[in-house]
Amino acid sequence: MPMLSLRVNGKDQNADVDPNTPLLWVLRDSLGLVGTKFGCGMALCGACTVLADGEPIRACSTPAGSVAGKNITTIEGLARSQTQLHPLQEAWIEHDVPQCGYCQAGQLMSASALLARTPQPTDAQIDSAMAGNLCRCGTYQRIRAAIHTAAGKLAKSKA
Amino acid sequence: MNAPSNPAIAADESLRALMQSVEQATPALPMRAVKVDRRAFLKLTGLAGGGLTLGFVLGGQTTDAATAPADFAPNAFLRISSKGSILIYNKGPEIGQGIKTAFPLIIAEELDALWTDVVVEQAPVNPTVYGNQSAGGSRSIPSSWDQLRKAGAVARAMLVSAAAAAWKVPVEECTTRDSAVWNGKRKLTYGALATRAATLPVPDAATIKLKERSEYRLLGKSYTGVDNRKVVTGAPLFGIDQQLPGLKFAVFEKCPATGGKVRSANLDELKRLPGVRDAFVIEGNGKPTEVMAGVAIVADSTWAAFEARKQLRVEWDESSASKDSWSALTKRAADLGRLPTGETTTLNVGATADALKAAAKTVEGFYTYPFVSHAPLEPQNCTAWSHDGILELWSPTQTADRSLATLSGALGLPVDKIKVNQTRVGGGFGRRLMNDYACEAGAIAQRFAGPVKLMWTREQDMAHDFYRPGGFHSLAGGVDAEGKLVAWRNHFISFTTDGKNPVSGGNLPDQEFPAQNVPNYQLTQTLLPLVTPCGPWRAPRSCSVAWVIQSFLHELSAAANRDHRDFLLEVMGEPRLLPGGLNTARAADVIKLVTEKAGWGRKLPAGHGLGLAFHFSHAGHFAEVAEVSVDADKRIRLHRMVVAGDIGPIVNMSGANNQCEGGVIDGFSTMLGLEITMENGRVEQSNFHQYPILRIADQPRVEVHFIQSDNPPTGVGEPALPPVAPAICNAIYAAVGHRVRTLPLTKEGFSAG
Repeated sequence: MPMLSLRVNGKDQNADVDPNTPLLWVLRDSLGLVGTKFGCGMALCGACTVLADGEPIRACSTPAGSVAGKNITTIEGLARSQTQLHPLQEAWIEHDVPQCGYCQAGQLMSASALLARTPQPTDAQIDSAMAGNLCRCGTYQRIRAAIHTAAGKLAKSKA
Repeated sequence: MNAPSNPAIAADESLRALMQSVEQATPALPMRAVKVDRRAFLKLTGLAGGGLTLGFVLGGQTTDAATAPADFAPNAFLRISSKGSILIYNKGPEIGQGIKTAFPLIIAEELDALWTDVVVEQAPVNPTVYGNQSAGGSRSIPSSWDQLRKAGAVARAMLVSAAAAAWKVPVEECTTRDSAVWNGKRKLTYGALATRAATLPVPDAATIKLKERSEYRLLGKSYTGVDNRKVVTGAPLFGIDQQLPGLKFAVFEKCPATGGKVRSANLDELKRLPGVRDAFVIEGNGKPTEVMAGVAIVADSTWAAFEARKQLRVEWDESSASKDSWSALTKRAADLGRLPTGETTTLNVGATADALKAAAKTVEGFYTYPFVSHAPLEPQNCTAWSHDGILELWSPTQTADRSLATLSGALGLPVDKIKVNQTRVGGGFGRRLMNDYACEAGAIAQRFAGPVKLMWTREQDMAHDFYRPGGFHSLAGGVDAEGKLVAWRNHFISFTTDGKNPVSGGNLPDQEFPAQNVPNYQLTQTLLPLVTPCGPWRAPRSCSVAWVIQSFLHELSAAANRDHRDFLLEVMGEPRLLPGGLNTARAADVIKLVTEKAGWGRKLPAGHGLGLAFHFSHAGHFAEVAEVSVDADKRIRLHRMVVAGDIGPIVNMSGANNQCEGGVIDGFSTMLGLEITMENGRVEQSNFHQYPILRIADQPRVEVHFIQSDNPPTGVGEPALPPVAPAICNAIYAAVGHRVRTLPLTKEGFSAG
C-alpha cells in the first residue's frame, strides 16, 4: 500500500493506510492524535471537527486522501505554543465549560474557525457556526459565553 | 409469561440490585457517620522522596501500617512531598459530574491546603481501600463526605503535631492555613513538615474535630475542573483514548433483537479481509448486562474493523429474542387506560372513589411518555489485555468497583486476577452503571493474544442500550369547593420482564409525591410484558413521572382557577419531613425562591407563558420556572429557565451550576424531540439524525439559585432535571391553553424555533 502523506499541525506525517480511510481514524489510530473524537461516524455530532486549510471539516466522514496537501489542524495543534494556549482554550478554562468534555475538542475547533473569519461574532453567528456540534451534557450557555470572552481577548491582543 | 432463561429477566435482576444499592440510604435524613477506627488510617512510609502519605480504609479492615506491603503506596488519598506539592487521589469515576474536582476540594478544605498546591490524580480501583468507587444516584457527595473530610483532617492534625514538636509549643497554639502550620507569625509549610509528620502515630479519626461551615475557606466558591487544561488541549483522558504497544481494534456484533443467538456467520470470509486478524463467535452468558451472543472481529485499526463489520453476514436464531413492538404496546396501554384501576393496588389512602364523586371539580387525563436512550457522546468502548496471568482493563465505567465482581462472574476469573483502570468517561447519564462493554472486551481479550480495544459504533450504542422505560398514567383528580386538592387516582401502566416486578426505572413507589400530601390517594398498576432491556437514566423514574405528576397538578389548579404557586404550596402543607425524604419546608422555600426570581405573576406578551414545577429526588429539592412562547405554527421557544435548588452546602459552585444548566438542557432536549421506538424487537433509531439532541441555537438562558441550608450536602447530577419537562408544559398551557399529555412534544405537533 502506498504511504499517505498528510501535513498535520505543521508537521509532515506518513501513514500506511488506504486513502479512503476517514481522516479521523488515521489521526487516532495511525498518528496517535486521539484528541479528535469519534461520536457518530456520520458527520452529525461534530466531535471529530478539525480544520483543513482553516475550514472546519468532519474528520469521521472525510477520506484522508482527499485532504492530502492541505494543512490539517487538530485540537493538539490549536495552542500557540507548549506554554501559550489559544484564547479560546483559556476562555474554556475560565468559564469551566466542560462537563464530560468529550465534545469540547470539536467545539473548540469549530469556534476557532468562527473567530478566524468573524472576530466579534453575535450570538446568532455563534449559533450558526456551532450548529454542527452536539454537547450531550448541555454546556452551550458556557460555550457561547467563552467564545465572547475569547473574542474580547483577541481584540485586546490586537489593539 | 417469559421463560426464566429470558435474557431480559437476567438483565433486570442485576439492574434491580443496582438500583437498590444506588438508592439504599434515605437521603435527606441525617447521615450515618462513617465508622472509622484508628487502624483504618494507614500511614505509609518508605516512599520515594519521603513525605506523608495517608491511606484510608473503611471500618472492618485490619491491615496495619507495620505489615502493609510497600506497594500500598498508591492506595492513598493524599501524598505531601517534602517539596510542598500535595497530591490528592480522586477515588470516584469522573463522568462529567465534576467529582474529580469536588472530592479533592473536600479533602483540601479539611487539610487547609492552598488549592493551587494541589495536584489531582485518578485513584486505582480498589474498593477495599477506597470504599465506594461508583457514580450513581447522585450519591457520590453524600456517601463520601465524612470519609473525605476525615482523610483531610487527620493529615492536618499530624502536620500540626509535627510543627508543634518542632517549635516545642502545645498543638493548641498552632493554626493552619494555605498549606502551612502557623504559630503567631512564624510558619512551617506542609512540605517542610512532611518528612517529620510521616514518623508520627496516626491519631484516632474520632478524636479529630472537623470544621464548621463558617470556617470553610475553599468550599462553596467556583473552581474550574482539574482536568480542563487536558480536555481543551486534547490530551488522552477517555476510555477511547487508550493506547498500548501492539494494540488491536475490535468490533462486536450482537443480534439487533435482544436475546438472538448466532446460528452461523461468514467467519472465514471475514478473516480474509484486509487488516483483519481474527473473527470468532462468542456465545456469551445470555445477560444483556454482561455478554450476549455475537461475533467479534479483531483488526489492525478501528476502521478496518468497522469495514469488516459491513461484510459480516450472520444468521441469527431469534427464537427467544425480543419481539417487542412500541406501536402494539401503546395501543394496548390506551385500551387499558380506559379502566380506572389496574391489576394490582399499590397504595390506597382514604376513600378515593367517594372523594372523586364528592369533589366540586374533577379532571381526567391520560399521559404517555416514550422510551429514551442515554446516547452518551463517547460510544461504549473498553480496552482489555490478558497478560502475566491477569486480565487488565481500561474502562470508562460509572461503577469501577462493582465491575470487578461483574467481570469475575461473566468471564470466570477470580477478582484478584482482574485489574480495572478507571478512565475519564465521555458521558454517563446512567448508561455506564452497566459494564457490558467491559465484559465483552474481556471476553475478546481472553480469546486474542495482545491488547484489544473494543469500539462500538453509534448505531450499536443506540441499538443496545438499557433504555429509560416509557410509561402511561391514567389519572383522575378532584378539588373541593375551596379549590383544595382532595383526591388523586393513578392507574399506572408500566412494564415487566418477570411478570412480577416493574422494569428498572419503571416503578412508582408508595412515597412518591403527592401520595403523602392528599387525603384520598389511590395508585394501581398494570404491567405489560417486555424484553427490551431497561435501566437507570439520569434521575431514574423521576425523569418521567415528575412530568406526569406536576403537569396533572397544574391541570387541577387550573380547573380550580387557583394560582399554581399558591396551590403547590398548599399541597406541600405544614413544614415536616415525610418518609422518603421530602421535606415540605425545603420544598416551600425553593418554590418561593424560584417564583420570586422568575417574576411569577408578571404580565407577559401574548403567546408567552410561565410554568412552575417542583420535584424532590436524590435528596435534592428543586423548583423551576420556564418562560416559553408558542406561535401559531406551534413553534416553541424556551426563553428562560430559572432553577432554585436546596442540596445543602455547595462544594464547587461552578460545578453545581454546570450540573443544573446541563440538567435543564438534557430535560428540554429529551421532552422536546427524543424517543426510542421498537418494532419486532428492533430499535428503530440508529444515529443522531433520528435522535435529535438539542443544539446550541435552542439553548435558553438558564439561571440557577441555591439555598445553602445546613442540611448535609447531597448530589446535584440528577435532581435539577425532573422539574424541567412539567415546567415547560405548564408554561405552554399558560401561553396558549394547550395541555400536553404526550411526550415528546413533537408528537403533539410542536417544534423548536
